Amino acid sequence: MSERSRLRLLVLQVLVLSLLMTLLGRLWYVQVVAKENYVRAAAENRTREIVTPAARGMILDSAGRPLARNHTALVVSIGRTEMLRQRDGGRALVARVAAVIDQPFADVWTKTRLCGTPGAESAPRCWNGSPYQPIPVTDEADTAMALQIMERREDFPGVTAELTAVREYPAPLKANAAHMLGYLGPVTDEELAARAAEADVTTGARKETVLRRTDLIGRSGLERQYDDELRGKPGVKTLAVDHRGGVSGVLSESEPTPGNHLVTTIDSKVQAVAERELLAAIKRARTTGDPNKGGKRYKADSGAIVVMDVRTGAIVAMASWPTYDPNIWVGGISTKDYQAIASKKSNYPNQSRATQGEFAPASTFKAVSLPAAVKAGYSLNRSYSCPSAYPIGSTMKSNYESRAYGTISMRRAIEVSCDTIFYKFAYETWLRMGKLHPRKGAKDPFTEMAKGFGLGKPTGIDLPSEADGRIADRAWKEAYWKATREFYCAKAKTGYPEVARTDPTRAAYLRRLSRENCVDGWAYRGGDAANFAIGQGDTTATPLQMARVYAAVANGGTLVTPHVGKAIISAEGKLIRRIEPKPAGKVPSSPETLRWLRAALRGVTEKGTGRGPFFRAEFPLAKVPVASKTGTGEVYGKQSTSWFSSYAPAEKPRYAVVMMVSQGGTGSGTSGPAVAEVYKTLFGISGQKVDLAKANPPGGRPPTQLPEIRLDGTVVQLGSPMLNQASALPPFRREDGP
Amino acid sequence: MTAGYGPASYAGTRRPTAQSHSLLGKESVLRRLDWALLLAVLAMCFVGTALIYSATHQAALEHGTDPQAFAKRHLLNTGIGLLLGTAASLFDYRVLRAYAPVVYVLSLVGLVAVLSPLGVTINGSHSWIVLPAGFSVQPSELAKVALVVGMAMLLSEKRDAEDVPRNTDVVLVLVFSALPLGLVMLQPDLGTALVISALVLGVIAVSGAPSRWVLGLILGAVLTAFVAIQVGFLKDYQLERFTSFLDPAADPKGAGYNVRQAQIAIGSGGIHGQGLLEGAQTQGQFVPEQQTDFIFTVAGEELGFVGAVGLVLLLGIVLWRALRIAVRAEDLYGRLVATGVVCWFTFQAFENIGMTLGIMPVTGVPLPFVSYGGSSMFANLVAIGLLQNVHLRREA
Repeated sequence: MSERSRLRLLVLQVLVLSLLMTLLGRLWYVQVVAKENYVRAAAENRTREIVTPAARGMILDSAGRPLARNHTALVVSIGRTEMLRQRDGGRALVARVAAVIDQPFADVWTKTRLCGTPGAESAPRCWNGSPYQPIPVTDEADTAMALQIMERREDFPGVTAELTAVREYPAPLKANAAHMLGYLGPVTDEELAARAAEADVTTGARKETVLRRTDLIGRSGLERQYDDELRGKPGVKTLAVDHRGGVSGVLSESEPTPGNHLVTTIDSKVQAVAERELLAAIKRARTTGDPNKGGKRYKADSGAIVVMDVRTGAIVAMASWPTYDPNIWVGGISTKDYQAIASKKSNYPNQSRATQGEFAPASTFKAVSLPAAVKAGYSLNRSYSCPSAYPIGSTMKSNYESRAYGTISMRRAIEVSCDTIFYKFAYETWLRMGKLHPRKGAKDPFTEMAKGFGLGKPTGIDLPSEADGRIADRAWKEAYWKATREFYCAKAKTGYPEVARTDPTRAAYLRRLSRENCVDGWAYRGGDAANFAIGQGDTTATPLQMARVYAAVANGGTLVTPHVGKAIISAEGKLIRRIEPKPAGKVPSSPETLRWLRAALRGVTEKGTGRGPFFRAEFPLAKVPVASKTGTGEVYGKQSTSWFSSYAPAEKPRYAVVMMVSQGGTGSGTSGPAVAEVYKTLFGISGQKVDLAKANPPGGRPPTQLPEIRLDGTVVQLGSPMLNQASALPPFRREDGP
Repeated sequence: MTAGYGPASYAGTRRPTAQSHSLLGKESVLRRLDWALLLAVLAMCFVGTALIYSATHQAALEHGTDPQAFAKRHLLNTGIGLLLGTAASLFDYRVLRAYAPVVYVLSLVGLVAVLSPLGVTINGSHSWIVLPAGFSVQPSELAKVALVVGMAMLLSEKRDAEDVPRNTDVVLVLVFSALPLGLVMLQPDLGTALVISALVLGVIAVSGAPSRWVLGLILGAVLTAFVAIQVGFLKDYQLERFTSFLDPAADPKGAGYNVRQAQIAIGSGGIHGQGLLEGAQTQGQFVPEQQTDFIFTVAGEELGFVGAVGLVLLLGIVLWRALRIAVRAEDLYGRLVATGVVCWFTFQAFENIGMTLGIMPVTGVPLPFVSYGGSSMFANLVAIGLLQNVHLRREA
């Protein structure tokens, strides 16, 4: 035999050995290294879970009227297992079901396709749940349809028609409250993964809140904020299955635990009036000519109103415009509806201007500047000159509409909203601090006071996505300059040729501005300080933040934490906890200053800028004195922002009402009348009569009592125990069927 | 323990040789057998019996049939196979040569027959002939034996002064093997075709044929595979089986299902296994074809890493002894027979186990001695008999 043969035999030996080693190595990997994955996969292989969703808790107003509840709908579902058993893959079955529920075959067929399988459309059109879960094809079946299906069982294998809970926003007394309530949406893959990871690291107790693919999750508003409380725990039936997918037994079964109910501080009546008046104010503004734009009508593109209990921070009503019907989210939102609430064209009705809209607070900010001026050393008990304009460096900054009032008391300065006096306070303080380069450790009393009143950061309200607002102080200017320097320096070099073509003057102005911003955009100038004192310039606040500022003035300096949630009540009606967030602290101003300010603000309504709307509404100020401050914010390139901040009764304050209309004109002209109407509702005012029994909420103050929720889900409303039986919801039971 | 393989059973057929006067004497056939090889093979057969029982008794119980039926048949197959093997080991190979053409022709006839209406399709492979009384044979298994013997014969023909095959010999061998290979491909039984290819390549290489042949064949194989995929010669399901092992998760309920379930079974066995008859995947019948092509998954799940490695080591012993016989063979014929068997077993076992572990494509080939199946058991044991034959001749 040849040498070559022997050599090749040697090669063969090596080859055989290496193949065996490969097998051993792979075995080591599969059985030892990656064992856990396979053990888990094996467990999944042998069990299937059938999930019975828990009824989601209701959201009630403070009197017990349901703002969000479930109605029982007849849901027709098709079992996929049965479909697959059909010779045609279930096509004929689906066609029969489609005919009965009066829907096109293609629509129903699409709904039964598993997401991610060939031919399936993208979520949420496809079925994103377990293949073992019956697939709901309509939640709008009527009894006749259900009967057809249930009586002809042989024609509809695996098809069920069952009563199921579907979310509903009934808008009691026409209170829409869309922005506070939020909405539900299907769970995303990311959330599933995130929650699963969360459950892995913690103990079994936490695992109960782990999401399932079929779950709906609160996407915004209270539905999101209190999602864990409202959702409850689904019932899970774990089935043992064999290799054919046949069920061989039940391993475990748990009944669904319904979610807890959320009682809110909202009063539906006040909410409805606030919404109505906000819309009325916007319509009013749209018929009013803007004197600064040659009489062109105000755009009034958006607005918000906040009604808050000044003692606790409880939100009695809060509305934002433009708004939408929260029911469009139920059962999955259509593309058209989504466009209508979340596009530039529709001006984003899904955003709450009350908590997310940031606007220059204008003269309503003087409630902050005045205590700051006191801190800076200015006396409230002397007179100051209120000229039509005040020199800041080389420029003159003028009063609103360049009015001059001569030498007036400080109180009068607040009543007529004199800007030049505040320019003087702020500018002189700025000079004393060391102008552009302040002494080390020197604190600007104006920006410090703004921080002390909780501006520039979220109020901590129990609603998601709250905006910060902005205190445009030295630190902010420097940070902003650093972020935008490159852009402005480039523009300073290139200029604005595209603007120059049509408007050379404006182009030159823009270029000069860019050059300034490039070189010393960081500088906090005297003009910036003066602007800051009257709530103009780059400083912004949300209507909610301003409501909290006025609540602090009203209650003697406590910076309350606004909240919409009042209590969590279990499905059985037991109180689980009250929601009473602690105040964020005290504002850094003396009680004397605040008392002086309260008197001045009362004067604003009685004989100052706030008088007009209350006078015209024949509001009984003698019985219910109102303290207020108007604001008309100037925004470059836009029409002025209308603000009206207030609280009442001025003596023993209970409610703060703040309203804002973007591009809406003056505070007293646009917002004031709306605020007056809201106070009429809050205090039961009709003509000159004040009847606290007819007030909303009754008695002229938010109820401390909670509505009673019975075991069967009915709500006993405060004040009218027999009234609400009809609106109550029969409890959802999955055994129920036609 | 060696049922049906007692000394008496072959004493009558054995032709006495000059060297062996007594069965238990120093020179007796019994003494000179490669016992390590035989014991390793028997161990594999018995482990196979246990695994087959584990894989099949549940389904049988569900259908109300004898839960031990498959295990009993496996033992019976083993017994018959041992008889055939004994015969193969005791014939002088010169006699064997006379029968080789008969075996070859028989296997060809069988392979043609399966393509005729006589053939039956099992698992997408048209490779069975059903005989009366519930028997069925797989002629492709017979073809492997025929090829091992036939190729060794053709390549080891004594030539003047030369001890390596000439080009004509190689061409002859290629034609000789192309016939059954082509017929197997027509069934189509891709797994067996691959095993036959490996066998042919290995035997030609070890015969000492010129390197250009060996390299050419490897190159040709690669090209063929490439062209087959490009031209669409392979059926879609074959391609899917082939590609699914690369990413079983891509289609967990389709072509990747077997691979996925097989790996889950093996992986969940862990180090010590779940215990015989205790494997959840196996007892729940989640792995398809478990008693035949996926028998290794039973070992993986129920006997664990320890058991699976043990099984691979038993296979290792068989291959080691076979290679030892090839190295020590006194002539080229013996060496090539042993080489053929080694290539056959190695590739078939690697393909089978590798498939269950997800590193080889799914092509239905049985695991030698362990998988259920008569034809393959007979062929395997005849191959062992041939190895013993070569082993005995060397000593003779």
